Amino acid sequence: MIVAQDPTLQDFGHDPWWLIIAKIVAIFVFGLVMTLLGVWFERRVVARMAVRPGLNQAGPFGLLQTLADGLKGAFKEDIMPRTADKVVFFFAPTIAVICGFTALSVIPFGPMVSIFGHKTALQVTDVPVSVLLVFACSGMAVYGIVLGGWASGSTYPLLGGLRSSAQMISYEVSMGLSIVAVFMTAGSASTSQIVAAQRSGQPISFFGLDLTAPGWYAILLIPSFLIFCIAAVGETNRAPFDLPEAESELVAGYMTEYSSLKFLLFMMSEYVAMVGMSAMVTTLFLGGWRAPAPITTFWAGANSGWWPLLWITAKIVIMLFVFVWLRATLPRMRYDTFMRLGWRVLLPINLVWILVLAAIKVLREDVDSTSRNLILAGAIVAALLAALLWPSKKKPPAPTLEELAKSRPAGSFPLPPMDLQVPPSPRARRAVAEREPANVGAAPEGEQE
Amino acid sequence: MSTGEAVTFWILVWPALVGAIGMVLARNAIHSALWLVLTMLSIGVFYVLQSAPFIGMAQIIVYTGAIMMLFLFVLMLVGRDASDSLIETLRGQRVAAVLLGIGFAAMVGTGVYRAMDNVTPAGLEQANAQGNVEGIARLLFTKYVFAFEVTSALLITAAVGAMVLAHKERRKGEKRGQPETMRARFYPGNYPGPKPGPGVYATSDSVATPGRLPDGTLTDRSISKILPVRELTSSESAPKGTEK
Repeated sequence: MIVAQDPTLQDFGHDPWWLIIAKIVAIFVFGLVMTLLGVWFERRVVARMAVRPGLNQAGPFGLLQTLADGLKGAFKEDIMPRTADKVVFFFAPTIAVICGFTALSVIPFGPMVSIFGHKTALQVTDVPVSVLLVFACSGMAVYGIVLGGWASGSTYPLLGGLRSSAQMISYEVSMGLSIVAVFMTAGSASTSQIVAAQRSGQPISFFGLDLTAPGWYAILLIPSFLIFCIAAVGETNRAPFDLPEAESELVAGYMTEYSSLKFLLFMMSEYVAMVGMSAMVTTLFLGGWRAPAPITTFWAGANSGWWPLLWITAKIVIMLFVFVWLRATLPRMRYDTFMRLGWRVLLPINLVWILVLAAIKVLREDVDSTSRNLILAGAIVAALLAALLWPSKKKPPAPTLEELAKSRPAGSFPLPPMDLQVPPSPRARRAVAEREPANVGAAPEGEQE
Repeated sequence: MSTGEAVTFWILVWPALVGAIGMVLARNAIHSALWLVLTMLSIGVFYVLQSAPFIGMAQIIVYTGAIMMLFLFVLMLVGRDASDSLIETLRGQRVAAVLLGIGFAAMVGTGVYRAMDNVTPAGLEQANAQGNVEGIARLLFTKYVFAFEVTSALLITAAVGAMVLAHKERRKGEKRGQPETMRARFYPGNYPGPKPGPGVYATSDSVATPGRLPDGTLTDRSISKILPVRELTSSESAPKGTEK
C-alpha cells in the first residue's frame, strides 16, 4: 500500500529558488485559469438554472467567451473621472487582486511529490499561522474595494465602499470564530497540519459504544462549517450578500467608475477571492487534497503522487458551484437584515458552539468515563426538562377577515365585497348581441317554437 | 541577523519610515490613514521576521484589517474633501511641536539604541520550542490568565459604554410599523390613492392648471406647493384661434 506523505512544517522553506518561482507561477496560472473558466462556468450554470442555453457562441460550449470579453475589455478606453483621487484610484484594483493571489499561496494542493529529484510539497509555503495569513489577505483585499469606492469621487461607489467595509468587519468576526473550532480540534493553525488532522476519524466512546468520529470537519464541526460558508459568501461580496455592488440600488457599487483593465482587475479579484475561499473551505472542512471516503477504500494510491491535485480541484469546483447556485437561487438581502444575521444570529450561535465544543473536549480528555457518563446524562435530562417545562404563551386567536372589516370606523375607504363574485364580462354579452341579427334573418324566433 | 532577515528588513524599513512620515505630512485625512496602513503592514512583517508570526498576523488582521478599516469608515462618512484647515490658532505652536517632536524622537531613539546595543537575544528558542502560537496560548491561559480576563472585561466595558452613549431609547409606540401605516392610510379622512395629476387640457398644458375631481371641481391637491400663483394677462387667457 502506498502511504500518502503528509508534509510537516519542517519540510517547508528548503526549496531551491527555481522551484519556488515555479510554484508561484503555477499558483498564478491556476488563479488566472480558474477566473477564465469560473466566469464561463458561472454564466453557463446560471443559464441552465434559468432554463436558457447560456454561452454557446465563442469556441466549443462558449469556452472562449471570457477570453474574448477580457481582450475586448483591455482595449477599451481607460476613463479617469475628473473628481477621482488619481493615485488611490489606480492602486485600489491592484490591491484587491494581489491579496487574492497571496491567499492562494498557503493552500495545500497535495502531498510530498518529487519534482526533478526534489522532494517538495504541492504548496508554495506553509507557516504555523497560515490560516491567519489567508484571513489577513481577505481583510486587506477589502481595502481595494473600499478605496476604489472612495477614490472614484462619486456617491454610489462611495456607498458601495462603505457597505463593503461594514460588511467585512461584521462577517470577519463570525468567520474568525468558526475557524477557532477548527484550531481547537486540529491543534494547529497551519493549513497542511489541518489537512493532516482530517486524515482519519478518531475513535470515541459514547456510553460504552465505540464509534468512529468522521474525519472531515464539515461533519464533525457542522455548525462551524455552515457559519464559515455563510461568512465566506459575505466576505467575497457574492449574492445574496453582494450589497457593495447591488445593481438595483447602487448602479454597480464600488466599481461604477471603473473601466477597461482596472474594471477587469476588479472582476478578476472577485473570482480569485471566490477560488481562494473555496480552497479554504476545502482545506479547513472538506479534507483538503485527500480523496473522499469511498475512493480510498477501492484505490489505495488515490492520495499519493499528483492525484490529489484532481481531488482538490474537484472540491473547489463543487464549492464554486455552490456559490453560483446561491446566486441563481436567492434574492439579495436587505442591508439591515444582513447585518442582523451577522451580529445577532451567527455570532451568538458561534460562541455557544465553541463553549460546547470546549466542554466536549474537556469531557473527552480530562474526565474519567463514569463521571463523563453521569455529566452527559445530567445534561440530557436537564435539556429534556427545560424543553418540557418551558413556559408557553397562548396567543389570542387572530380575528377573521370579516371581523377585521367590521371593526373599521365609518367612512373608511370602501372595501370590495367579501363574497366577491366575478360579474359576467360585458364584452361577452355584446358579442352575443352583435351575433343576433345574423340569426334574425335566417330563422325568426316565433317559427322555432 | 541572518541574510534573509537583513534583506527583508532593509527592504521594508523604507515603506515603514515613509509611511510614518507621510502619515504626519498628508493633508487629506484618508491619505494619512493609508500611510499609517503601510507602516502597520511593515511592522507586521517585522514581527514575523523576529520569530513572532502570531503577533505579526494579529497586527495585520486586527490593526490593519479591522481598526484602520473602521477609521476609514468614519473618515468616509465625514466626506472626502474634509481636509484639516491650516490656520494656526496658537502662535508658533507648529514650530514648537516640530522641535519637541524631534527632541522626543531623538531621546527615545538614543535610549532604545543604547539599551539594545551589544545585547544578544536570549531565550527565543525556549519560548518558541513548542511553536509560537502554542507558547503564547500557554502563557496567556495559565500565567497571565487573570490579566487577560481583566483586559477583556475592560474592553467589554468600553464597548458597552459606547453603546449606552450612542443608544437612543425608543418607546414601543413611537415607531409606526407597517400594519399601523397601512391602517392610517385607509382611515377616514385620508385619501389612499395617488394625488390627481395637474390638468392637461385643450386650453393649457401647464402644470399650474389644477386637475379636476370626478364631480368636476378643481382640486388644489394636484398642484405643487412651490408653484407661484400667477394671474394670466388677457392676451394669455384669450382662446388661441386655429382658424387663421
